[in-house]
Amino acid sequence: MPAFHVDIEAGVAVVTLDVPGAPVNTLSTAVALEFDGLLTRLENDAAVNALVLISGKPDNFIAGADIEEFTHLRTAEEATSLSRRAQELMNRVAASRKPIVAAIHGSCLGGGLELALACQWRVATDHPKTQLGLPEVQLGIIPGAGGCNRLPRLIGARAALDMILAGKAERAVKARKLGITDELVHPAILLEVARRAAARLAQDGPSVRASTRGIAGILLDGTAPGRALVYHLARKQVRSKTGGHYPAPLAALDTVRVSLSRGMEAGLACEALRFGELAVTEVSRNLVGIFFATTALKKDDGVPAGAAGTLAPVTRIGVVGAGFMGAGIAGTAALNAQVEVRMRDADLPRVGKGLRTATAILDERLKRKRLTRPEHQRLAALISGTADDSGFRTAGLVIEAVFEDLEVKRGVVGALEHAVAPDAVIASNTSTIPIADIAARAQRPDRVLGMHFFSPVEKMPLLEIIPHQGTSARAIATAVRFGRRMGKTVIVVGDLPGFWVNRILTPYLNEAGILLMEGAPMEAIDRVMTRFGFPVGPVTLLDEVGLDVAGKAAGVMHGAFGARLAPSDFVRAMTEDGRLGRKNGRGFYRYGSGKRLGPDDSVYALAGVTKQPNIDERWVERRLVYSMLNEAALAAADGVIRSPRDGDIGAIFGIGFPPFRGGPLRMIDSVGAAQVVRTLRELGDAHGGRFDPAPSLVEMAGRGGRYYPDA
Amino acid sequence: MSFLVTGRRVAIVAGLRTPFARSGTVLRDAAGVVLARHAARELLCRAELDGALVDEVILGQVVPSVLTPNVAREVSLLPQFPRTIPAYTLNRACASAAQALTNAADQIRLGHADVILAGGVESLSDIPVLHSRRFSRTLVDASKAKTLGRRLSLFAHVRLRDLVPVTPAIAEPSTGESMGQSAEKMAKENGISRDAQDGLALLSHERAAAATTDGRLTAEIAPWFGGKGGDEVVTSDNGIRSDTSLEQLARLRPVFDRTYGTVTAGNSSPLTDGAAMVLLMSEDRARSLGYEPLAFLRSYAVAAVDPGWQLLMGPAYAVPKALERAGISWGELGLVEIHEAFAAQVLSNVQAWGSARWAERLGLPGPVGEVDWERTNVTGGSIAIGHPFGATGARIVTTLANEMRRRDVQFGLVSICAQGGMGSALVLERT
Repeated sequence: MPAFHVDIEAGVAVVTLDVPGAPVNTLSTAVALEFDGLLTRLENDAAVNALVLISGKPDNFIAGADIEEFTHLRTAEEATSLSRRAQELMNRVAASRKPIVAAIHGSCLGGGLELALACQWRVATDHPKTQLGLPEVQLGIIPGAGGCNRLPRLIGARAALDMILAGKAERAVKARKLGITDELVHPAILLEVARRAAARLAQDGPSVRASTRGIAGILLDGTAPGRALVYHLARKQVRSKTGGHYPAPLAALDTVRVSLSRGMEAGLACEALRFGELAVTEVSRNLVGIFFATTALKKDDGVPAGAAGTLAPVTRIGVVGAGFMGAGIAGTAALNAQVEVRMRDADLPRVGKGLRTATAILDERLKRKRLTRPEHQRLAALISGTADDSGFRTAGLVIEAVFEDLEVKRGVVGALEHAVAPDAVIASNTSTIPIADIAARAQRPDRVLGMHFFSPVEKMPLLEIIPHQGTSARAIATAVRFGRRMGKTVIVVGDLPGFWVNRILTPYLNEAGILLMEGAPMEAIDRVMTRFGFPVGPVTLLDEVGLDVAGKAAGVMHGAFGARLAPSDFVRAMTEDGRLGRKNGRGFYRYGSGKRLGPDDSVYALAGVTKQPNIDERWVERRLVYSMLNEAALAAADGVIRSPRDGDIGAIFGIGFPPFRGGPLRMIDSVGAAQVVRTLRELGDAHGGRFDPAPSLVEMAGRGGRYYPDA
Repeated sequence: MSFLVTGRRVAIVAGLRTPFARSGTVLRDAAGVVLARHAARELLCRAELDGALVDEVILGQVVPSVLTPNVAREVSLLPQFPRTIPAYTLNRACASAAQALTNAADQIRLGHADVILAGGVESLSDIPVLHSRRFSRTLVDASKAKTLGRRLSLFAHVRLRDLVPVTPAIAEPSTGESMGQSAEKMAKENGISRDAQDGLALLSHERAAAATTDGRLTAEIAPWFGGKGGDEVVTSDNGIRSDTSLEQLARLRPVFDRTYGTVTAGNSSPLTDGAAMVLLMSEDRARSLGYEPLAFLRSYAVAAVDPGWQLLMGPAYAVPKALERAGISWGELGLVEIHEAFAAQVLSNVQAWGSARWAERLGLPGPVGEVDWERTNVTGGSIAIGHPFGATGARIVTTLANEMRRRDVQFGLVSICAQGGMGSALVLERT
């Protein structure tokens, strides 16, 4: 089946792209070939004076290149020639004697925007779904179909670098202001306006665009010294943001520089070359892997297809416990899932406080202009509160987020069973208590499961869903789907203490405590791990999580898994001193007026140790990282995760494990199980049994096995 | 045995309101629309009703906000409803919510609707403050002026006194008499003593305080979460004084006639903010959705008198009419709710109902009936609870329906006086 169909009317050929059998358009090699042939045909068709390119998909113009094809690239040369072929097609569009107008509604990303940029005129709809951007760097590559060359020429180096280096999509209004598009119209008249533009261009020749850049723009984008300054600042920003771990933004920066200083031809050559190099790097492979994993998770209900039957979508949820966590869940559910949220707590002032906290999530969006005032008003009206059971009878899903105590949670679940409808799902938000224990006294344990949110809920992207042995497929799928509607990446994990994220986090945080007991400077520990690629180091993380919370969780994990997960005494010494971390302004670090100041060196005395300024940073890194890798292997062998994919996504989105490393299990594959085992034994020789390699790792090392089958 | 009662039976399924708060106090920062939406949403939650089942929203509001003139539509655009529920806001002065309820009942009786959310709202903390005619005309002209010079010359004619804002007064446009002055006049013409007025006020406070303590009134209130942190929760009406006494009431100075007057702030209803909602359904729909109706609306009537005579005597006409339409006599009433705008007004109406001369004037064979205070305003009235003009009718109907159920009473009456010489009366029945 062809991807394009053509309607010719009054000299204008309307070319509609509608890739068969796909929800969105992507530019595969096959689609590109078909388009190439189509251009030849239309160029030779005397009845055609101009073309309009439009999409047949709802709310999507072109989502980008077909990323699946990237995974088959073996060498840099192959990738470079793929880029070259794409560039040639875009050049052909740009040089077309018959003007081509892009009529853009919906997402116009990557190769889709590059194609639009090659067109002679761009009309976009003023619809919130219309977003334009070049997200390639998020996959560890750069725009390879002329985007690094055409965008800076169209809108200037500054604005182009802003978009390319961050990989962020812009909304249609902003894109029009930047000069990416030429006209902004209501969706209903998109085709008509594009048709008219095409006819006009065919008759009058190319239009001259007025520059919208202003004085600063002319100085910065229009002169060589100005551009040098722009490049310098951009490079500095990229370095500080990527920590040197991501080569793509710098490659894009280079390409833009070459293109603007040495001309389009040199720029295109540079773009293809750098694209080729990047496409086969491990960084890019890992980032593409994450992209596919999250895409797959969006379709994964956590149960075998069809097992859950047909599910009625949840239109109202209940949240029990109006504390920070409950309010976070409530606000995020209203914001993203746009469902009614009924929040309940034991007394009304707590309910009121929780309502205010939940609404603050919406207020924040309003302030940042992510919501309009009417949208804000509408979403805020979704959230209500009560001190009784009213409003719970019609909730499809109820989430309890009360105090982390088994008996309290059992009591809440028991009470909820009477308050909610018979088919409502009851979820417990817990980070440490086994769901089976919470469900043990339920009359209908099949509808009880765990939903482990991370704090702050509105910001943290991961959600762990924990069925116990008897949880029904229907309950699992209901919770997974709802988690996704809340905007979360959802993994279904096993009902063992710590589940997945806290399980692999525990030895890592413990090791940080042990290092502190040895006198290692906290700032050095943190620096080592941010250099490794974590967004924050483990000591900072302890402060953020709260030392009381971390200490309690560590105790639970120690109890469950024994000596291997024995925490150091450091955190306990801290909590005994009344230090709870950032939340009370007293932790490992010092805090003042809402900001973090330097490390608080007085804490070493609390644990009776003296600070040792000289540490072997490489050794510290190994101790921290390998404690996590080993625990990941142990947990995977215990069946905590359904697949290495889920485990790696959980670590990346739940802990901030460096995405370019692909996740802990992917990292074990990259390093090689045998090498991981060797390093663990070395660590064990120096520090004892907690580094004993997981039997599954030893076994994998023996047979040369991997977590992921592909090489 | 129904006489003039025709059509489908209209069930009162549930009612709920915000706390009623003296204007300028705890609800000061909430616009009327916010109060109305709060009460409506909370009623839906408590009734566990799917918003899609509601056919229409009808609200009363006496002093609408210029920003949300049709406040009912803003309520029906709550996210709990589909966006396709028609809604209108009406004004029958202090009987507005009662009118919203009877309009809803008519629609249900006729079969045009099965489920209607009706009620009303008033925020007297949020009233429009107007510019003088002269200044607003200048503003309008200036907005149409084509040149700056012309615009400036227009403003040159504005005098300082034109800039004084005009606050709407509660006065009769036709007579210039304020409502308090009317009440004062009625007290004098009908011989209602200060003691009698203060006695009624005391009864109102005592009974409202008792019904707040035992939870009968608070059960009808959706808690309001106020304050910066949301934790200043208001669960009851703040005008009710549990500690007042005849002595204290007697010490207050008359407001409208400082020398010979008897109407004081103590024996009048205060300016109040609040919203109240009632869920009405056809009997069949209520039962098929599993609701046990609190009561049914049996009949109603409205009437008006010459505002220049005794402004608040409307109920003296409306009540016998409603009873006649209900086909029942006063003696069959198990509970009576009289809106207390002023104690003088209540006692004037009570006097009329019990009077043979009044009956003669209406052409009735005998007096309408004697008020038995043991069965009247048993949870207090508007003097204590407060009186948000547009909402009061819904508050009273809810309280009456709940109390009829509690006492297993067959018939109940609501009587409301309203600005413009109007009166409104509703008869409720059970089973």
